[in-house]
Amino acid sequence: MPSASHRPVWDESRADAIIADHAQMLGALLPILHALQEEFGHVPEPAVPLLAAALNLSRAEIHGVITFYHDFRHDPAGRHVVKLCRAEACQSMKGEHTASHLLRRLGIDWGGTTPDGAVTVEPVYCLGLCATAPAALVDGEPHGRLTPEGLAGIVEEARRA
Amino acid sequence: MNIAPTNPIRLFIPQDVAALAVGAERVLKAITSHAAAAGTAISITRTGSRGLFWLETLVEVETPVGRIAYGPVNPHDVPGLFNAGFLLGGAHPLRLGRMEDHPWLKGQTRLTFARCGIVDPLSLADYEATGGYKGLHHALSIGPVAIVDSVTKSGLRGRGGAGFPTGVKWKTVADTKAAQKYIVCNADEGDSGTFADRMIMEGDPFCLIEGMSIAGIAVGATKGYIYSRSEYPHANRTMRAAIAEAYRTGRLGADILGSGVTFDLELRVGAGAYVCGEETALLESLEGKRGQVRAKPPLPAHKGLFGQPTVINNLVSLATVPVILAEGAAYYADFGMGRSRGTMPIQIAGNVRHGGLYETAFGVTLGEIVEGIGDGTATGRPVKAVQCGGPLGAYFPPMLFDTPYDYEAFAQRDGLIGHGGVVVFDDSVDMAVQARFAMEFCAIESCGKCTPCRIGSTRGAEVVEKIMEGRDVDANLVLLEDLCATMKFGSLCALGGFTPYPVLSAVRHYPEDFRRRHAAAAE
Repeated sequence: MPSASHRPVWDESRADAIIADHAQMLGALLPILHALQEEFGHVPEPAVPLLAAALNLSRAEIHGVITFYHDFRHDPAGRHVVKLCRAEACQSMKGEHTASHLLRRLGIDWGGTTPDGAVTVEPVYCLGLCATAPAALVDGEPHGRLTPEGLAGIVEEARRA
Repeated sequence: MNIAPTNPIRLFIPQDVAALAVGAERVLKAITSHAAAAGTAISITRTGSRGLFWLETLVEVETPVGRIAYGPVNPHDVPGLFNAGFLLGGAHPLRLGRMEDHPWLKGQTRLTFARCGIVDPLSLADYEATGGYKGLHHALSIGPVAIVDSVTKSGLRGRGGAGFPTGVKWKTVADTKAAQKYIVCNADEGDSGTFADRMIMEGDPFCLIEGMSIAGIAVGATKGYIYSRSEYPHANRTMRAAIAEAYRTGRLGADILGSGVTFDLELRVGAGAYVCGEETALLESLEGKRGQVRAKPPLPAHKGLFGQPTVINNLVSLATVPVILAEGAAYYADFGMGRSRGTMPIQIAGNVRHGGLYETAFGVTLGEIVEGIGDGTATGRPVKAVQCGGPLGAYFPPMLFDTPYDYEAFAQRDGLIGHGGVVVFDDSVDMAVQARFAMEFCAIESCGKCTPCRIGSTRGAEVVEKIMEGRDVDANLVLLEDLCATMKFGSLCALGGFTPYPVLSAVRHYPEDFRRRHAAAAE
């Protein structure tokens, strides 16, 4: 996963190219939104009218889709993204305790980014790692059987890398 | 060791994300560097997982007497393993012997998951050497009507949770005339405690491709979509690679296997909305819209994706089709009990010693699953509750451990088996907290279409909160029951309709957890 600091800033021609690459697909909107977020780290607001024009939809419809799905960010994430599972199997292994330990340590709440822009912590509901709970994806890499200290160490390591 | 470099020793190390999560890559690196230092030639095949997750990282070595397994291997175990001669199957405390003889696998009936953890998921040679594409060849020889008949007679029911007979669904689509029909695989496996879909995509993706191709032939659909999850990046990578390989070798596209039949397949990825696991919300999402639930009728079988007749099946259902066609309907239907035929991949998870995927015929009791197969809690404390069927499933207390694992038996006890998830909790869990979470989760994930779900879930979380604070407990418990009834009967889909199951089962079976403050206040 490219870190946000290396992600390009808004580039209309790049966005146009991404949209054009997918526009012929049936039901193209979600694949395009994923591709835009992959490129820019979030779905930038100026992309909305471009999408509306390309897909013959209203801007309200595009906005409605973007805001419906938890994945699509309105703002860029930190350089490192921690997706921590909050679902039942992880709860049964004290996942909430592990999570609150990390959030306290970083001084942020769910969905927040540390003031230095280094780490964003996002909730997810199930990574399919329910027999090795609690679990997280840190910059896309899976980690299971997390302890508060173990998770803090993984995040620190990612930060230093 | 004196082994010619032309004759490397073959090792098998899982690439399943659960193995990666406990350090499989570090184990692989340690083994590779040790082998290099010792001048021993090895070749490593990455497999899916056999599903015994407490033994990951499970390393297997090919020897003249079969594949000898060692696990759970951590990087620091590697020097000792080399000293013990594990590359020749040598004795070591972590040596498990042949996995085929392991009691946890011996007790299973692996039909859908027969290859998972054994083969290289992206090797068509491995796939066909283990019976792959036998089902599709048979399907092509018997034709659409006989395929549907075979799936119907097998008794296969939707493994996503609803348990609707797969053959009946297929017949409806087959009988509906249209220029374009679709096969949609629901791989939006959002239920906590489940990972069967993920394991197939990572461990045996060709099995799903074959199953969907057979479905296409059966109903006359030339295009298929797999709707997977953004939370499964590793599974998506493997699945995409398998689709590309199937295209490259003429197993997808125009004229599959020289049959003249066209079947195209594409993977699409959701965006973190649990409700898209509901089939009509999934179809909306595939069309590029908000994942809002559609009213039924029309059924997707009549008007599904892009308004066309659509077979939408759970991934496990579709991945079970090849074995049914290869071995016959009767072979599959022979397993199981009552109206629950065949096998179910039970996913044992949460606070449990032996968690993983256990595929077995229906009929095993919940107690056998949790205390026997799962061997109790990981923490060693007593089991307090078991949530079956994901976040919309009921909590079962040990008192109900005699319930047989069967669609109808679970329904009789106000529960559901759902997609096969079993999440174990020890006695430290507060069931009022779990009830509140069920409501909160519904509030987060509600698509907003039905008022009882959209508003009721938020009000529900508030009412549980009040009960936890000891405020008007009796009146609020009555209110909670009433609210649950409204959600149950006033919601279009299972999100609002089934959230009452975990809530009410918690209230019913663990009343003391809802009266703690109340009791404290009365003293």
